[in-house]
Amino acid sequence: MSAISALFRRELSLATRAGGGALMGALFFLIVVTVIPFGVGPDMALLARIGPAILWIGALLATLLALDRLFQADRDDGSLDLIIMGEEPVELVVVVKCLAHWAATGLPLVIATPLLAVLMNMEPDAILAATATLAVGTPALTFLGAIGAALTVTLRRGGLLLAILVLPMTVPVLIFGVSATTAAVMEPAPFMTPFLILVALALFSMVIGPIAAGAALKHGLE
Amino acid sequence: MTEFSLDLALGAHDLGCERGGRQVFAGVAFRVSRGGALLITGPNGAGKSSLLRTIAGLVRAARGEIRLEGGDPDLGVGRQCHYFGHQDALKPSLTVAENLEFWRVYNRPTGLETIDALDTVGIGHLADLPAAYLSAGQRRRLALSRLLVSHRPVWLLDEPQSALDAASETRLAELMRAHRAIGGIIVAATHQPLLLDAPDTLRLAPVASPAPEVAA
Repeated sequence: MSAISALFRRELSLATRAGGGALMGALFFLIVVTVIPFGVGPDMALLARIGPAILWIGALLATLLALDRLFQADRDDGSLDLIIMGEEPVELVVVVKCLAHWAATGLPLVIATPLLAVLMNMEPDAILAATATLAVGTPALTFLGAIGAALTVTLRRGGLLLAILVLPMTVPVLIFGVSATTAAVMEPAPFMTPFLILVALALFSMVIGPIAAGAALKHGLE
Repeated sequence: MTEFSLDLALGAHDLGCERGGRQVFAGVAFRVSRGGALLITGPNGAGKSSLLRTIAGLVRAARGEIRLEGGDPDLGVGRQCHYFGHQDALKPSLTVAENLEFWRVYNRPTGLETIDALDTVGIGHLADLPAAYLSAGQRRRLALSRLLVSHRPVWLLDEPQSALDAASETRLAELMRAHRAIGGIIVAATHQPLLLDAPDTLRLAPVASPAPEVAA
């Protein structure tokens, strides 16, 4: 077993064991989406129209909520020093931690999406599109969020600052995620164009995120 | 046990460190050759921990350079060091064996097997216990066992004997002696006497800084 797979397995078991909070994001997502129909009122057409946006904003907030401990837990107990002193480049460490974090907190959001989309009175096509866009978009949110998590790693209460730093960067992901989902049910608008841009944004963030977060971590240790 | 390279030596030249815009130490030079030990002493705030973290590559040196002769030229100096600091780097929700097994694989499994290392530091019977239930001394010993499961030529020890009882301290001395016997290098910061044979001593003096101005 290589160092990288050992790190991935460790992150995954830390997230899923007591105190790891893997399912907190999914529960938060569930509650946010469930509360919206009570606020909007019994207008089924309106719910179906705003459904994709609600799902996306819920997923965005749920992802940010879980991100603040991405590096801070390891920094607080000294593990981060030793992980960075390992032979793996710090950027690769960030990639592995993000992937494990996504598998533990982002993937449950994607799996819960079809169920919650029914609550929003969305059509089957839109449900499929929402699930597909979130499957592609939530990794992008995690990798962008890693930059914020690395920048705020030295701060005791960095969670809110992380959200403020990261939210503006996630706006393009949100726009193309929601527009692809909406396009799936609006006849003239093409689905693939915004979806492919979303895929491009995800790939872009997977490159930028680890490099920026790695630089921030190395600086933050001093 | 494989021995370390015969021409192994850790040296620093005109080393300086700044943290938060304040000079912590300057002009530090030392050289420790194969099997040697360097004891860093000095009052609080003299920069003992900063010097260790600089050697480990966790803090960038403001001046000077650190070299490890006879080491792996493809790896930085820090990546050939074990850093045993104030923090134990343990995860309470993982068991004792899982904690150590992760570090063993992550730092390359070139040393002892996990269970043998735990037995060596005397906590083999706790292998399946979550680390949350360990006492401070047991946590310390588990952290120490990390140095045994992967071979790295330089051990950087920051107050290694804190929270250890007399028996564990003797055990630590044996481990350090064994590490030096195969050619390893030890750099330790402490202000208590450490059971080290014939160490070189580097005394860090606090850098004279102008007295802070009192705001009117």
